[in-house]
Amino acid sequence: MITAERKPLDEILALVGDKKKVLVAGCDTCVAICLTGGEKEAEILASELRIKAEQDGREAEIEHTAAIRQCEWEYLDMIADKVKDADIVVSMACGIGIQSMAEKFSPQLVVPAVNTNMLGMPQEHAVWLERCGACGDCVIGETAGICPVVRCSKSLMNGPCGGSHDGLCEVKTPEKEDLDCAWHLIWERLKEQGREDLMIKNRPPKKWNLSSSGGPRKMVREEAKPV
Amino acid sequence: MADADVKTPVAEGGEAAPEAAEEAPKKPVDPDFEPEIIVFACHYCAYAAADLAGSMRLQYPSNIRMIKLPCTGKLEVIHLLKAIEAGADGVYAAGCLEGECHYLKGNLWARKRVNHVKDLLAEVGIEPERVEMYNMSSAMGAKFAEVATEFTERIKALGPNPVKRAGVDAHAAAREALGGAAMPDDPATSAATSEEGHAE
Repeated sequence: MITAERKPLDEILALVGDKKKVLVAGCDTCVAICLTGGEKEAEILASELRIKAEQDGREAEIEHTAAIRQCEWEYLDMIADKVKDADIVVSMACGIGIQSMAEKFSPQLVVPAVNTNMLGMPQEHAVWLERCGACGDCVIGETAGICPVVRCSKSLMNGPCGGSHDGLCEVKTPEKEDLDCAWHLIWERLKEQGREDLMIKNRPPKKWNLSSSGGPRKMVREEAKPV
Repeated sequence: MADADVKTPVAEGGEAAPEAAEEAPKKPVDPDFEPEIIVFACHYCAYAAADLAGSMRLQYPSNIRMIKLPCTGKLEVIHLLKAIEAGADGVYAAGCLEGECHYLKGNLWARKRVNHVKDLLAEVGIEPERVEMYNMSSAMGAKFAEVATEFTERIKALGPNPVKRAGVDAHAAAREALGGAAMPDDPATSAATSEEGHAE
């Protein structure tokens, strides 16, 4: 799923400025599952903003709402009245939802309250790990179902590099103390699958033009377009 | 272990404590200030402990007003925030002793949420010490009275909640935020939640 983390309150306050009627809009899909921007979290942020406004002696009407999905026009219709009534919308959706909101309700001011950070897998409750880089040219059919694009720190297509030690990656930060070497994982699983030969297969440069480096992407399914 | 918790309850408020000490001369304690304190009490322990404290004729401040929950694990971040937003001067959750939760881990979840609320309050400029988590068993009537007294003194020293507004009933707001999660008061202990106080 798409994951996001809430911005620090000071950053949100700077974006809101002195606007009086504020609508905090959550999204009840991906960001709700990662406990960042669903209706619950929108209510918490709205409460924080009200307490802050009261503290600062500012007059403000701060409410919260949530769309089932902020990234689809139909669901945005369901919160349209509240959005149009506000001076500013603080969206807790991912970057897609925020932009959908800004586009649909233009010129309504829509600002983000979260930083969208990855396509992550919930490894355990409250822990997410990056699993896909949406590179547009999937290679995991040959890498034992393990993505070298995002799980290898160097996105190597022909790994591992010399920085692989005891199954761990040399790239270490306090948050990534036990970062697995993706290519070590690939080797171990290829052995289990009896496909060790794929490890020494040379992979030519990837088609990065299919990734975001080729400019904004567009997908059209002609057969599914309305007639 | 639980007694030690009560005596040093501000584990998360370490940063705010020196500031509060510095501000103390500017904000003298008002001797007439009677804080409004909301207690989220677990049905299996703290609520029963309050009952026992009453039976034991123990004195404790009438500033606390209780809301009974089936377990402190039912308490969510927003419930604590709403109580503060509605003007409660202090809020604490009182759950079972750690390791003895009727629902296994509810009190451990509550402690995590209380600590998270401390962070949120610090973010908006409210003293994190205004919220706390305590643990006690149903047999600890004396502990209940001790906690109520200690927390009330703490809030008296902090002064009124800066976002308190006239005409807003924090207890009612906290109950409303909880919706159906809040349990009705037992007739025997309902005095503890009334405006007039209790254990006189």
